[in-house]
Amino acid sequence: MFTQYIFHFLSIMALFSAVMVLASKKPIHSVLFLTLTFFSIAGHYVLLNAQFLAVVHVIVYAGAIMVLFLFTVMLLNLNHDERSPKPMWVNIMAFIAGGMLMLTLIGIFRGYDIQSAQDPMTTQIGLVKNLGKILYHDYLIPFELSSVLFLTAMVGAVLLGKKEQI
Amino acid sequence: MTFWERIYFPAILNGMRITFGHLFRRKTTVQYPEVKREFSDIYRGKHVLKRDDEGRERCTACGLCAVACPAEAITMVAAERKPGEEHLYREEKYATVYEINMLRCIFCGDCEEACPKEAIFLTKEIVKSEYERGKFIYGKAELVEPSDPARRIDISKRQTPEVLAFKKNKKFKHNK
Amino acid sequence: MLASFILVLSLLVAMYSTLIERKVAGWFQDRHGPNRAGPWGLLQPLADGAKLFFKEEFMPLSADKFLYILGPSLTMFIALLTSAAIPWGPDLIINGAAYPLQVADVNIGILYVFAILSIGVYGIMIGGWASNNKYALLGAVRASSQMISYELAMSLSIITIVMMTGSLSMREIVAQQQGFNWNIIYQPLGFLIFLICAFAETNRAPFDLPECETELVGGYHTEYSSMKLGFYLFAEYINMFISGAVMATLFLGGYHFPGLDKLGLSPNVFAFVSFMVLFTKITLFGFIYMWIRWTLPRFRYDQLMKLGWKSLIPLAILNVVVTGVVILLNQ
Repeated sequence: MFTQYIFHFLSIMALFSAVMVLASKKPIHSVLFLTLTFFSIAGHYVLLNAQFLAVVHVIVYAGAIMVLFLFTVMLLNLNHDERSPKPMWVNIMAFIAGGMLMLTLIGIFRGYDIQSAQDPMTTQIGLVKNLGKILYHDYLIPFELSSVLFLTAMVGAVLLGKKEQI
Repeated sequence: MTFWERIYFPAILNGMRITFGHLFRRKTTVQYPEVKREFSDIYRGKHVLKRDDEGRERCTACGLCAVACPAEAITMVAAERKPGEEHLYREEKYATVYEINMLRCIFCGDCEEACPKEAIFLTKEIVKSEYERGKFIYGKAELVEPSDPARRIDISKRQTPEVLAFKKNKKFKHNK
Repeated sequence: MLASFILVLSLLVAMYSTLIERKVAGWFQDRHGPNRAGPWGLLQPLADGAKLFFKEEFMPLSADKFLYILGPSLTMFIALLTSAAIPWGPDLIINGAAYPLQVADVNIGILYVFAILSIGVYGIMIGGWASNNKYALLGAVRASSQMISYELAMSLSIITIVMMTGSLSMREIVAQQQGFNWNIIYQPLGFLIFLICAFAETNRAPFDLPECETELVGGYHTEYSSMKLGFYLFAEYINMFISGAVMATLFLGGYHFPGLDKLGLSPNVFAFVSFMVLFTKITLFGFIYMWIRWTLPRFRYDQLMKLGWKSLIPLAILNVVVTGVVILLNQ
């Protein structure tokens, strides 16, 4: 029962701050609301008995990526009145793309049987020991491949960062 | 720089050793209200206008101190001694007004050196702090020493025979 | 109960760290340090606190009001969060039931500490940006890049500990360092890297670039006054205390001391003595913090980044590889 309340609270907070990311006028506020969204999602992970995921989510998204976002936005010092108005067709395209994403999501959730979901407290898959076993036994190749992907991205970033003589 | 110097670690440890040694040094602080710093015997602090042995003011308002003063802190107004004032002033001319601006004074002691009558001296007393600038202009009330023999200010440390000999041989270079 | 005790303890320690810092600074410079308020200046922190409370609350006209207040509060809040995962001593036995001296024995304690650490920079960044001052902004920007750079090396140096222990739980890590089996003996390089990174993460000299007085006029707290400033300064000392506790737990055997468990003390006395052992170790780290601060000059910004990215991270990775190889060979 108690977890129900927490779930509702976290969901409302996540949705509200996600809307505020779009609605707030100052870019810094948007970034901070996005951080808040991440925190409420991390809370959801804890409710699903996946503490490891929750903590890593906080470390990676809130602790590193959003700090870098904040850093960049602070340095750019964007003012909302300086942004040029977008042409009409961009808005229409964005509306179509967003609408299609929403339709897809609705389609997925309509076909999903909520009752069949397992109780998170019994699966224990989110605990670090089980997660590690699954990652390094069943999904070893995809896991290593994704790390190679990250390495490639890092090398690319370094190359882009170097000014000349490539 | 060699590799050993470039990792900086020995240098940092050495620095830390030095600072650690300072933990056990004697503290140089003087704990002011309880302990007062010893002043030198010939400290140059607030001025005094001396009286002679009979309690007469020595100053004759010659203005040599004012001329010697590099900060131009001294001003005075001279007056002639009236008959019947011989017990107050030693010379026939005296200063009715004698002012030193303590904010301008740099306590160099040139006035004392220039004085032909041994009238002005610097003392161990220090100039008190005030809230108004005007109060720093010391007049005769603050400067002249009390005539009461018990409260006379001892300046013998600043007037040694060597100092007197030096003054005698100087031939008053300001009068040239 | 324990949580509130640790909360009060952190605040008390932070309060008196300010006094000790000034005392130690004085001793290092052949002075006495504050000694007027109470015997040996023991009431000085109270006087300082009272002064901070009665100072004028000032808010810049163009500041972002909400974020301006959020900044110091967040810094203080996050600084106090970390202590929950630290095991402060062996179990207390009261009426036959064991009470662990740890607020939350999460099985991912180390990661929890790192999560808190990584969001610790938000308070500084928000405060620095919200005060709408170029020095504060520069301080905030510096703080963020510095924190991110040194977090990497810090996490890498911890990975070796996790590899050796095979657990992410702080309690388990402490339990494996029983006697004199301390991690610092096996991981001197890791300890050194962690120590350097801890200085950078707590914004202490020689890495106090976000708040350097000479060039940034106080950095992110330039525009802060009264207790809001007090929160920032206080949080720094709490961070020092907590990071000392983390270092003692991870590398110096936590509350263990060689021979202590063979004395045959009753469980509760043993718990108390063990706690005091841990506290002594933390105090030692606090002293090292101050010692370094009053010895070394501040790093330049490019030197800071160079040290972090070009020296510490490669060293930490090397440390991880060597540790892995040694563990494999020993199996």
